[in-house]
Amino acid sequence: MRRFLLAVAAPVLAIVFSLALVSVILVISGHPPFGVFRDMVNYGFQPRSQVLTLNLATTYYLSALAVAIGFRMNLFNIGVDGQYRLAAMIAAAFAGSVVLPAPFGQIVTIAIAMVVGAMWAGIAGLLKVTRGVSEVISTIMLNFIATGVVAYLLTPGRLAVSVQGSNNIGTKPIPASGQVPGISLLPGTTQQVYGLILLAVVMGVGYWFLLGRTRFGFDLRATGRSEPAAVASGVNVKRMVLVSMLLSGAVAGLVGIPQLLGASYTYSLDFPAGLGFTGIAIALLGRNNPIGIAFGALLWAFLDTSRQILDLGGVSKEIVTIMQGVIVLAVVIAYELVRRYGLAQQQREVGRRLAAEESAAAAAGVAA
Amino acid sequence: MVANHDIDLVVRRGTVHAIVGENGAGKSTLMNTLYGMHKPDEGEVLIDGEPVVMHSPSDAIARGVGMVHQHFMLANNLTVLENVILGQEPTSGWRIDFDAARAQIDEIGQRYGLDVDPDELLEDLGVGDRQRVEILKVLYRGAKTLILDEPTSVLVPQEVDDLFDALRELKQQGLTVIFISHKLDEVLSVADTITVIRAGTTVATVDPAEVTARQLAELMVGSELPSPETRESTVTDVPVLTVEHLSLAGPGERLLLDDISFTIHQGEVLGIAGVEGNGQVELVETIMGMRTASDGRVLFDDTDVTHWSTRRRREEGMGYIPEDRTRHGLLLEAPLWENRMLGHQTTPPNAKGALIDRRGARADTERIVREYDVRTPGIEVLASSLSGGNQQKLIVGREMSGDPKVLVAAHPTRGVDVGAQAAIWDLLKDARAKGLGVLLISADLDELIGLSDSLRVLLRGRLVASADPATVTPEQLGSAMTGVGGEAA
Repeated sequence: MRRFLLAVAAPVLAIVFSLALVSVILVISGHPPFGVFRDMVNYGFQPRSQVLTLNLATTYYLSALAVAIGFRMNLFNIGVDGQYRLAAMIAAAFAGSVVLPAPFGQIVTIAIAMVVGAMWAGIAGLLKVTRGVSEVISTIMLNFIATGVVAYLLTPGRLAVSVQGSNNIGTKPIPASGQVPGISLLPGTTQQVYGLILLAVVMGVGYWFLLGRTRFGFDLRATGRSEPAAVASGVNVKRMVLVSMLLSGAVAGLVGIPQLLGASYTYSLDFPAGLGFTGIAIALLGRNNPIGIAFGALLWAFLDTSRQILDLGGVSKEIVTIMQGVIVLAVVIAYELVRRYGLAQQQREVGRRLAAEESAAAAAGVAA
Repeated sequence: MVANHDIDLVVRRGTVHAIVGENGAGKSTLMNTLYGMHKPDEGEVLIDGEPVVMHSPSDAIARGVGMVHQHFMLANNLTVLENVILGQEPTSGWRIDFDAARAQIDEIGQRYGLDVDPDELLEDLGVGDRQRVEILKVLYRGAKTLILDEPTSVLVPQEVDDLFDALRELKQQGLTVIFISHKLDEVLSVADTITVIRAGTTVATVDPAEVTARQLAELMVGSELPSPETRESTVTDVPVLTVEHLSLAGPGERLLLDDISFTIHQGEVLGIAGVEGNGQVELVETIMGMRTASDGRVLFDDTDVTHWSTRRRREEGMGYIPEDRTRHGLLLEAPLWENRMLGHQTTPPNAKGALIDRRGARADTERIVREYDVRTPGIEVLASSLSGGNQQKLIVGREMSGDPKVLVAAHPTRGVDVGAQAAIWDLLKDARAKGLGVLLISADLDELIGLSDSLRVLLRGRLVASADPATVTPEQLGSAMTGVGGEAA
């Protein structure tokens, strides 16, 4: 119970702190903070907004999971962004041009996205294990290269066609048989939740199982906690680096898929970008824990959805960006403080319990 | 923190005051309190009769209390002079006044008989000289009271004598030395007063002239002094671990390991003596497959395992007690039962196929805690919450589970209290009697001589001498370790 409270204390503190800071900014800029927050909450909890929040959270969740796999072994996969954009684009081009009977089309599309994401991340993994290149540097570079590759392939005559009624270009639209239908989850709106929200749930469960219950996951966590100890225990760290980069990339490949197969049906120039960086923030917020990340993703998505109302009241939407930034910074500090507090607390506790046993034993000795 | 309660300690000026106690008895906590790293919950510290409150080591230094840590805190790529003045550089204008610093260091060195060349690079110095630099550093900061935490644990006997001469000199000059140790013979030879600590409390303060080592040990643990002595030989002629012409290339010209050959038989303990840094770590890590030999072979039970992975070696029955338990032996921020799995995460009771067996691992951790007397309130606590000795008992228990055929043990009882040390020695002896082959690396020469069936001396990556543990003395072994004595016994 105390462990749970300690775990929840940090994010709650961070959110409270950022609300306070944002309130100050709002007051300075002449807006009543409570009014603004009330508007956001009212808008954010409308059925339509809730569906949008869920859809956004699905994407964020997958992105944060991809980042978290790396984090758990002290790998910083900043390249989720490039990995998912490249993966989504190639998967979209495939699904738009090859028609397979459902559900095979969808399965193959998802598999292609995972493979492309894994391969793109695998480049960084290979560079790290063979040449010692920091994955931080190489994944940032690969993001830029991915942007270039996507731009190159997404031109008419290669993988792109022009989108009807606009000057946008995108991959060939995916036919109905290749799409994943939405779910009418909430009454009061025609907006549907992505069918692939289930994929996110499955990935979350898979992540929990892989890390917590398998030998592979134990090796991965051991490597993240202490590389020398992992080496001494027989972990082949190079192989772990490569495999976890591949896994992280495979999950990253899924980030754009719910949107692709559930809403846009094409990878066009306006396909959402930057989700990989949001994933880093959410993985930090959720502390690489599958449930924590789910809450983080929902919070982030809620803020992103409800900020849309702010313009109407003349409040700058960027106030939410400030809030998100402060949350991440504060949560990192708060986790470290809570971690140290917890460690010291436990050492004290162990000392006290042992001393109590000792004196009990001594008393028994005297009695005997 | 109840690591210490009711400590009464009176240290007179101009004396060497030894503090002895089991590990986990609270010696380090006490010293950290005196050095300002912990604040006492109750009671007070008086210096020259004046109560003082110290919030940090710099407060302690300001009051003339300096500490020489067990592990040297020196920068290898700087000279002695630079190391000494680091953080407290004398300046003239905006530049460091090296001449003033040199004069001051020479003066201190001459006054206390601490002879070190200030311009030597630290990486070129031996362990004994490094320790003198540490002491110089503390004196340079104006310390009148020196706390030395287990200063002899890294020294060979000859260097220990040098250190003790230096301590006597400091004492002559009116400085006070607080000397922490668990080596009772040394304490008896150098201390003017000895205070014994048990379970965080001072149990006695005695005059070294009036006690024997055995009596001291009894004060420390309340039981008899354990001995590493093994009784009869259990050595068979079945080899379990053979090393043939093993070499390991280093970053430079010199080989880290140079043509090492030996055979360990079933029931045999082979001890490797050597000053730290002469290739022990490399030897152990090469045998465990963590480093790749540049030449030579390692045979395990007649099978060439030179190219096996660490995991395969461990799965096939090579146990490993690493030298640095917090770095290589444990996941400090993982619970005990996960630490029990570490290194054995692929075999029962920790694994079922590709899955880990949490229930099995937990149950077996309970068993280790019970059988090896790991003092802990439970198996869910993090490894970092245990004292060093209890961490070590967990590691020994873990490595002895699953009946290894070979145990590579680097400093198996380092930092372990006398009771646990005896228990670990007994375990090794029992396992040896059942046919375990042990490669033992230790800085504790008594342990090495007492446990081993045969002894080799490692110097600069070569096995330079062998010795018969039945006849060799620690002094002879010490000479061979520093390369001055040639063949030992």
